[in-house]
Amino acid sequence: MFGLQNPTKFLKFAKLVGPWFALATVLLIGSGLWIGLFASPADYQQGETVRIMYVHVPSAWMGMFAYTVMAVASAIALVWKHPVADHVAKGSAPLGAGFTLICLVTGALWGKPMWGAWWVWDARLTSMLILFFLYLGYMALSGAFDNAERGAKASAILAVVGWVNVPIIKFSVDWWNTLHQPASVTKAGMPSIDPAMLIPLLLMGVGFTTFYATLLLWRVRSEILQTRIRNIRLAQIHGEG
Amino acid sequence: MSEFIAENLTCVRGGRAVFARLSFQLDFGQALFLLGPNGSGKSSLLRLLAGLLRPTAGRLVWDGQDIAEDMESHGARLHYVGHHDAVKPVLTVAETLHFWARLHGHDSESRVGQALDAFNIARLAEVPGRLLSAGQKRRVNLARLIAAPAPLWLLDEPSVALDKASVKALEAAMAAHRAQGGMVIVSTHADIDLPDAAILHLDDFAPPNQEAA
Amino acid sequence: MNRYWELLKRELRLALRQGSDSMMVVGFFVLAVILFPFGIGPEPSILARVAPGLVWVNALLAAMLSLDRLYQADYEDGSLELLILTPAPLELLVAAKVTAHWLTTGLPLMAAAPLLAIFLNLNAYDLGVLLLTLAVGTPALSLIGSVGAALVLGARRGGVLISLLVLPLFIPVLIFAVGCVDAAQHAFPWTGQLAILGAILLGAVPLGLYASAAALRQAAE
Repeated sequence: MFGLQNPTKFLKFAKLVGPWFALATVLLIGSGLWIGLFASPADYQQGETVRIMYVHVPSAWMGMFAYTVMAVASAIALVWKHPVADHVAKGSAPLGAGFTLICLVTGALWGKPMWGAWWVWDARLTSMLILFFLYLGYMALSGAFDNAERGAKASAILAVVGWVNVPIIKFSVDWWNTLHQPASVTKAGMPSIDPAMLIPLLLMGVGFTTFYATLLLWRVRSEILQTRIRNIRLAQIHGEG
Repeated sequence: MSEFIAENLTCVRGGRAVFARLSFQLDFGQALFLLGPNGSGKSSLLRLLAGLLRPTAGRLVWDGQDIAEDMESHGARLHYVGHHDAVKPVLTVAETLHFWARLHGHDSESRVGQALDAFNIARLAEVPGRLLSAGQKRRVNLARLIAAPAPLWLLDEPSVALDKASVKALEAAMAAHRAQGGMVIVSTHADIDLPDAAILHLDDFAPPNQEAA
Repeated sequence: MNRYWELLKRELRLALRQGSDSMMVVGFFVLAVILFPFGIGPEPSILARVAPGLVWVNALLAAMLSLDRLYQADYEDGSLELLILTPAPLELLVAAKVTAHWLTTGLPLMAAAPLLAIFLNLNAYDLGVLLLTLAVGTPALSLIGSVGAALVLGARRGGVLISLLVLPLFIPVLIFAVGCVDAAQHAFPWTGQLAILGAILLGAVPLGLYASAAALRQAAE
């Protein structure tokens, strides 16, 4: 893809576009937060709590998006063995886990006033919780090997297997949820979106995406540099021997 | 016409180039010694020749065909003896040999018998693996070579833990194998007698200017 | 196909002679389920109500206990390399290992289930449905678990790691298996859930075999 599988070209690219992503992030999230928190109406049913949505929903998007990026990059790394793809997958995982965690925490904050409990086994939240554990498993596996290459390969296989399973898990959790939730207890869910709410939501959504992209570029950059340092050290050890 | 050809093999392990642009060719009945200090890539080369590792660059050709095209047939034509002996504590020597021979696609009482005799372990046939010494386990592992025929033997320091008599038995087995047109590639520190074997020094293929990598 | 039987025979022979993990797995399964009446009280109607979930969650954990030995011993003693070099599709050999795992864990778990049904006040009809879900569900556990067992070869703390990798992937099996028995208990139709469980098993066959084989190849590099 545009020669970006070459680490040197990737570093150049990251240097070039990184600052722009960072700038876009500040502008988008800044304006999104301002509109979302001050310049948009409160929901007639949920009141001010609805503003949690401007963080909750985009982080849920990013939690899923980052997993997809991770799985696709892993598949590319397995098939074409591009070193940068490995770094992208590895770098994407903690970011996705972070977004998923934000989604869970804001979900709990929102749930307390809405449902009267920090946690209810809502289908979407439950799926996000399982996604969080998939991330944890991935990160634990990729860090469990002394040989970094082994860790990268094993976790790449896991990411692809996990990705195949995500829709199945989603489907089963939805089914399980309808089974155990009597129809009378309507899940409050997210309100039907008013345009005044849609604008800040979209701003935040795009802002979170550029935020993710900025951090990912940064992480991949540092991974590439770390690999180089490691290789130089290895060469020194073996050069002396 | 050479049978087994390695072309410009490069092996990168853990971010480090172990050897680069390594080539050789081997005919029927020939043997090749791999020599070099620790870390020069003898084991990596043997694993690569077996197909356990993929070369970072270069290719392996058997009888005009790239082995990467059909790894299963490659598996059928070779025996690999690595650092571990693949002997289960609860299986007897005979069971172990029969199992590996069957998995390799050949099983006959007579060949397993020959294999047991060749390495002088016939009296251990009914002994379970947990009672064997390191040298005896190694002999069981080597007996696989005879229990199922395969033209290419890849031996990674086969003489480790072997006594003198067993080394002699191994030498005899290799000589007989070569007489039938088989090939042997051996890495070793100890002296194994292999008449007119070619020698490959892995140092000669150490990648240039490692420090600048 | 011969090689499949050969490897299966060897695995079963190993399991039989090593005294095998099977008895311990079943022991753990029964004991863990027996703990629950102490934890939640011996009220028969409550026990019958939670029985399907109890049995299944503990079956899941029990099946996982024996997973870390699935490839570990072969990895350590060099057998794995020879298995990979065997002139047969590695997926076929994985299938033999998975079959052996199921025969030595899934099947004994099913054998122990009637005993637990008595302890948990489960009636014969519900037990029948529970056994059906175990018959369809536990092979899927072995298949998915095999991927986890292959991935952690050579990792630090492999045994604990497997649970983190594999348990989230077990959730769909758990949901539909328990849903199926629950439906039967409430006299609802339950064949639909069993069919979905069967579909999960069918999907787990290619996924489990290919992913395990890929993981084993990279572990032997």
